[in-house]
Amino acid sequence: MPLQNGAPRVVLSARGLRRDFGGFTAVKDVDLDVHHARVHALIGPNGAGKTTVFNLLTKFLQPTHGTITLLGEDITNTAPDKVARMGLVRSFQISAVFPHLTVIDNVRVALQRPNRLATQFWKPLSALDALNGKAEQLIRSVGLEKARNAVAADLSYGRKRVLEIATTLALDPKVLLLDEPMAGMGLEDVGMVAEIIREVARERAVLMVEHNLSVVATLCHHVTVLQRGEILAEGDYATVSEDPRVRTAYMGTEEA
Amino acid sequence: MTLTLELQNQKERTPIVAQTVFLGAGLAFLLAAPLFFYPVFLMKLLCFALFACAFNLLLGYTGLLSFGHAAFFGGAAYFTGHAVKEWGLPPELGILAGVVGAALLGVVIGFFAIRRQGIYFAMITLALAQMFYFFCLQAEFTHGEDGIQSVPRGHLFGFIDLSQSSNMYYFVLAVFVIGIAIIWRIINSPFGMILKSIRENETRAISLGYSVRNYKLGAFVMSAALTGLAGGLKALVFQFATLTDVGWQMSGEVILMTLLGGIGTLIGPLFGAALVVTLQNYLATSEFPVTIITGVVFMICVLLFRRGIVGEFYNSRLGRRLGFEHRQKH
Repeated sequence: MPLQNGAPRVVLSARGLRRDFGGFTAVKDVDLDVHHARVHALIGPNGAGKTTVFNLLTKFLQPTHGTITLLGEDITNTAPDKVARMGLVRSFQISAVFPHLTVIDNVRVALQRPNRLATQFWKPLSALDALNGKAEQLIRSVGLEKARNAVAADLSYGRKRVLEIATTLALDPKVLLLDEPMAGMGLEDVGMVAEIIREVARERAVLMVEHNLSVVATLCHHVTVLQRGEILAEGDYATVSEDPRVRTAYMGTEEA
Repeated sequence: MTLTLELQNQKERTPIVAQTVFLGAGLAFLLAAPLFFYPVFLMKLLCFALFACAFNLLLGYTGLLSFGHAAFFGGAAYFTGHAVKEWGLPPELGILAGVVGAALLGVVIGFFAIRRQGIYFAMITLALAQMFYFFCLQAEFTHGEDGIQSVPRGHLFGFIDLSQSSNMYYFVLAVFVIGIAIIWRIINSPFGMILKSIRENETRAISLGYSVRNYKLGAFVMSAALTGLAGGLKALVFQFATLTDVGWQMSGEVILMTLLGGIGTLIGPLFGAALVVTLQNYLATSEFPVTIITGVVFMICVLLFRRGIVGEFYNSRLGRRLGFEHRQKH
C-alpha cells in the first residue's frame, strides 16, 4: 500500500452501535471512526456509556445492533481474545495488572504470546529471559525501571496505570483503547502519560476516555461527546467545547 | 551495581540452601521409609499424594475447582487394571493406558466444564463424573460392584518383579517423583506463567489476546492425565479397581487433602494426603466413624489455618526467613 505511515486513515469504525441491558439502552446509534495516527477522545458525564462503548468495540460485550470494523474486517461477531490478536488492545478503567506478579513479569506475560512463548509447558521459566530485553525497554519507556522487581500490587495507583500501558504496548497494537488512563494520577504523572500517548499515537490509533479536559484539549485531535448513550457532538476540541449543548451536559451549566 | 547484585545473591542463597536441604531430607525419608512403615500404607499414601498434587495443578495454579476428579483417578485404575489383566500388558504400559484414558476423559469433561465458571464449573464436573460412575457400574469390563479383582503387578521392563513389595515400593516412589517433577515443570514454565496470569486476572489475560479457554482446557487435561498416573499406580498397588475410586466421595476427599495441605503450594497436597490417609488408616479399626474425624479436622483447618498446613508454614516467620514465602490469592 502506498499509504504513508503517518497518514490518518480509518482503522476502527462502528456503525449504529446499540446495546440494551434489559429495558435500559446503554448505548444507542453510535457511529464512530477512529483514525490511524490520531488521538480520539470519548468524553461525557458519568453513566454516558463510554465504558460500554469500549466493551462493545473490544467485544467484551456483544452489541444488540450495529457493526464494528477493524482494519477492514468485520469483527461484530469475533471473540475478544481474537480481537486483541488482530491488534485492538484495551486498558481498563480499574487498573488491570496481574497483582501478584512483578513489574517485569507483568510485561513478559504480555510479550509471551506475540513471541510464541506461551504454550511451552516443558520448558523452564528461564526460557522467558529471552524477553527481558524487550520487557526492560518497555519498562524504561514508561519510567518504571526502578520498580522492575516490585510486585505490581505494591505500586502506587498511578504507577499501576503506567504499567498497564506498558503491557498494552507490549502487544504492539494497531489500535489502542485507553479507559481513563490518567484517572487518579498526580500532575507529574499526567504529563508523563500524556507524553507517552502522544508518542504512541505517531504510529497507532488511540481512542481514550478522559475526564481531564485540559489533557483532552492539548492531546486529542478529535473529540466525541456521549450523553445517555448517544452522540451529542463531535469534532475538534475547540468546536465541541463551544457547543452549548455540550456545555450544559458536561459542565452542568452553560456558564461553567 | 555489583555490590547490590552480590548482596542480592547472598540474600537468595539461604533460601536455596534451605530448600535443597528440605528436599534432600524428604527424599531420604521416603527412601528409608519402608524400614519403618508398612509398605502398602506408604504406597497408598504416595498414590493419594500424587493425586492431590495433580488436582492442585488445577485448583491452586489455575483457580478451577473440579468436583469430578474421581472419574480420572478411578477411571485410570480401571483402564490400567483391564490393560494389565485382560490384555496382558506389562505394568509400565498398563499405567500408560491409564494415563491416556484419563487424559481422553479429561478432554471430554474439560471441554464442557471450562465453558462455565465457579460453582457451575464444579457442578458440571460433578455431573459428568457421576455419569462416568454409572457407566462404570453398568459397563462390562469394569465388572460392576465386584470391580476388577486380582490385577497382576507383573514385571517392570520385563525383569523387575513387582510382586515383591520393596520392588513395588521403589517403583511407586519413582513414579511419584517423576509425577511431582512434571507438575513442578508445568507450574514453572512459560505455560504455567500464563495459567498464573489467568488466575490473577482473567479479563486482562483475554485482553492481551490469550484464548483463556484453551489454556484452561490444557491445564485440565494435564491435571486429568497426572491424576490418571496416580490412579493407574493405585490399581497396581492394591491389585484391584473398584467403584470406590470413581465415586463422588473420592472427589471430595481430594479437595479435602488439597485444602488441608495448602492450595497453591507444590508439596502442600502431599502433606494433606498424608494426614488424611494416616487418619483413615489408624481409625479404620476403631468404632468411631472416620468421616466425623476428617470433618472436624477440615473445620479446624478452615477456621484456624486457611492457607493449609504448608501454606501457613510458608507464611510463618520461619518460612519467610527460609525463603518459602509467596503470595497467595485468597
